[in-house]
Amino acid sequence: MRVGLVINPVAGMGGSVGLKGTDGPDAVSQALSLGAVPLAESRVVRALRMLNSLRDSIEWIAPKGPMGGDALAAANQTTVKLITELEPSAEATQHSAQAMVDDGVDLIVFAGGDGTARDIASVVGWKIPVLGVPCGVKMHSGVFAITPEAAGRLLANLVKAAPRATEYRHAEIMDIDEAALRNGHLNARLYGYVNVPHMRRLIQNAKATPQVQDETLLDMLGHEVAGELQPDVTYLVGPGTTAKRPLDALGLPSELLGLDVLRDGEILASDATSAQALTVAGEGPLHIICGVTGGQGFVFGRGNQQIGPEAIDRCWPDCVTILASAEKLAALAPPELVVDTGDPALDSRLRGYTRVRTAPRRSMMMRLI
Amino acid sequence: MRKDSELREFHAAAWDEPVVMELGRSGARGQIFPAPEAEVTKTVGNAASLIPDGMARNDAPELPELTEFEVQRHYLHLSQQVLGMMGISLFGTCTMKYNSKMVEQLINRPELAETHPLQHPDALQGTMQIIYDLDLMLRSLSGMQRFVFQAGGGADAAYTMAAVARAYWQERGELDTRDEVITSVQAHPCNPATSAAAGFKVISLPLEENGYPSLQALKAAVSERTALLMINNPDDMGIYNPEIKEWVKAVKEIGGLCFYDHANFNGVMGKLSARELGFDACMFMLHKTFGGPKGGGGPAVGAFGCSDELVPYLPAPVIAKDGERYFPDFDRPKSCGKIREFWGNVPIVVRAYAWVRAMGAQGIDLASDISVVTNNYMDKKLGEIRGLEKSHPDFPKWRMEMTRWGLGPMQQDTGVGTVAAANRMADFGIDPWWMSHEPWVVPEPFTPEAGELWSKEDIDQWVAAVQRISDEAYSEPETVLNAPHNQPIARVKGDWMEDPDQWAMTWRAYVRKHLDAAPGSGAGTVDAIVADPENRG
Repeated sequence: MRVGLVINPVAGMGGSVGLKGTDGPDAVSQALSLGAVPLAESRVVRALRMLNSLRDSIEWIAPKGPMGGDALAAANQTTVKLITELEPSAEATQHSAQAMVDDGVDLIVFAGGDGTARDIASVVGWKIPVLGVPCGVKMHSGVFAITPEAAGRLLANLVKAAPRATEYRHAEIMDIDEAALRNGHLNARLYGYVNVPHMRRLIQNAKATPQVQDETLLDMLGHEVAGELQPDVTYLVGPGTTAKRPLDALGLPSELLGLDVLRDGEILASDATSAQALTVAGEGPLHIICGVTGGQGFVFGRGNQQIGPEAIDRCWPDCVTILASAEKLAALAPPELVVDTGDPALDSRLRGYTRVRTAPRRSMMMRLI
Repeated sequence: MRKDSELREFHAAAWDEPVVMELGRSGARGQIFPAPEAEVTKTVGNAASLIPDGMARNDAPELPELTEFEVQRHYLHLSQQVLGMMGISLFGTCTMKYNSKMVEQLINRPELAETHPLQHPDALQGTMQIIYDLDLMLRSLSGMQRFVFQAGGGADAAYTMAAVARAYWQERGELDTRDEVITSVQAHPCNPATSAAAGFKVISLPLEENGYPSLQALKAAVSERTALLMINNPDDMGIYNPEIKEWVKAVKEIGGLCFYDHANFNGVMGKLSARELGFDACMFMLHKTFGGPKGGGGPAVGAFGCSDELVPYLPAPVIAKDGERYFPDFDRPKSCGKIREFWGNVPIVVRAYAWVRAMGAQGIDLASDISVVTNNYMDKKLGEIRGLEKSHPDFPKWRMEMTRWGLGPMQQDTGVGTVAAANRMADFGIDPWWMSHEPWVVPEPFTPEAGELWSKEDIDQWVAAVQRISDEAYSEPETVLNAPHNQPIARVKGDWMEDPDQWAMTWRAYVRKHLDAAPGSGAGTVDAIVADPENRG
């Protein structure tokens, strides 16, 4: 197995000194002047220790120095290819990721937070699966293992397991505007999706039956929702792979990260703003189709601000269709969904319980706060 | 002398036993019969000529050829390589009970074993009396009006409920609008599955902070479309939902039906009545709670009982009594139809009847007390072991007959999760534990349930094994991660089971996919798999 490793050496340094992140050179020097110490490398070494018995099974490719090579050497890993050492930066991360894509690696392991994840995703896209060693202050994206050790174990299992035991699933790349966060505003955006490896549980148990894959169920759900669409109704289809399933089912193009406006089988606006969508809809009936962000359970206000409070107010509750896999909902602890529409009065009207559709003819009743 | 809490060491027999198709030699026979006398042959012809041409096969079957002694030895070896379901099997959600050998003798008697439901009813009066009387006993445990035993298991009984509800709403002309079933994510997965199979839409409620779904969530889900509520109480968390009467009320107010899935009956048996709580129907697992065996996926019986109002919709026949005579009543025009052939698995009904008669009302009441006390004793001891966590740890009350535990902290600290730990349990001669139904609401779950069978010494042994696994996880995790070590085969190649090109349900398929595919290489043969040192304990 050939694996790329990219470390953002300054990731996570902001946390210990009270900064919200280290995006950009100014924040890095501010963190250093406040006494922050680099910790990404030691966390990567922790992950790599889980691979001790598999040393010869992985061919590593990494940048020289602090962006990867040093950690591999510290963990006694065999490195087959080193990329030229670069001054750590977003561009350097992207450059390294591109070199790994060109090399045809099987997987890219990176260490950092949401900013690093964005840099990697912008280059890699769907091409190669990605796994994050959690090092950042902000980690809203779904690419991170719970701990460095967990990342190492997952990697060890990937090396050992039969390929059939590994599934890949879509993970959201989210990031927060750090400057706004330092001023007390939480403003998260959905930047894209990558494939992450996921170990299927191989439970050999009397009662365990093979599960229909989430992907298949969501695909079927997309067809079900597509079949329910009514004439003359304007549908605002929010960002995200799940929300777009009905459009996929209809064979319509969609803007993964944007708001699509659909009426009578036609996309009337793509990557629209809230105002544009409402203009297209006019006074006619309106209906929202949206997803749920993984990990945090946001229905409105993270990654789909384009929908806007006015449209939500018009549609809630009868003309909002929320789609999410049962597994995504089960992973929410506590089991609740969150809204932050930007309009506190609307937020309080939304609170209570709402249905989330999880598969054809299946739904879950979720608490909304 | 050994202390009770001291973990006993164990090693399974490892016979390196080939499969039966690879044993024996050409010409070996179990019995050699004398040739028929000439007069017999003359009268009836030879045996082959008695088989009609259309029924005779062209090729002889490929059967193994062994002596009777070799066959016995082979199956003795195989039996020695399994745990035999006589270990300490705290297999939660399944309520494992000892199956009395006396009752096994009874159900094998010809009065039962050699009868058939198509016999004349006059020749089945005793069997029908037992079925009828067990119906009466279950009525007194539930307050329901009538039980049927057709369903071949718990899921089949849940399906019976869905079919009865469908017939009920159909008769009222409301089936088109009453099309939703409400259940919880921790109700047995057969509840949503069977409702969906019967054509209903399913709304699931998540568990909230108290360990059960909230009344508010239920009320938000209930509407004029609600056909049926299907719920367990307690469910596998072992937490009793104290608001259950209000749940039933909320559903009944809009005319919906309420079904109490008694899969987790052991902690409440004798203590409550489904009908008094307002439920319209309930289900008991005769192969679990009522002492029937439950190995090998059956036979089993899900006893389905319901109120007066639903009795007309029950699957036919029901065993009825006319004066002194019992008869199978097929004349049920509103019946939902057949759920399963004939009357269900009658031998299990007889075992359950024997169990109830042996326990008596007081015994059943005491058994539920013991189940709950034992579980809480076990909870206390498990709570002292590093790396374990209980579901809903802040829930202040005692658990019922089982508790959902997890190895989340241990998995994060050491990499040892519930699958590895379950494998390691087998090294102590203890059946690997039951983990959890899907979805896993607690990471790395396991769900022990002691019931009334196991002694304090058994429980202590079981907990001592968990303690050992925790100690190993934190000091030598590889021991657990590579378990089992004391079993004849360490690991089955699990990926084969998911690969149509590899799996083989029959010897013929095995020969085709593995032996013919790699002639002469030896790789992939049974020998190669079993003898591979990496696969050996």
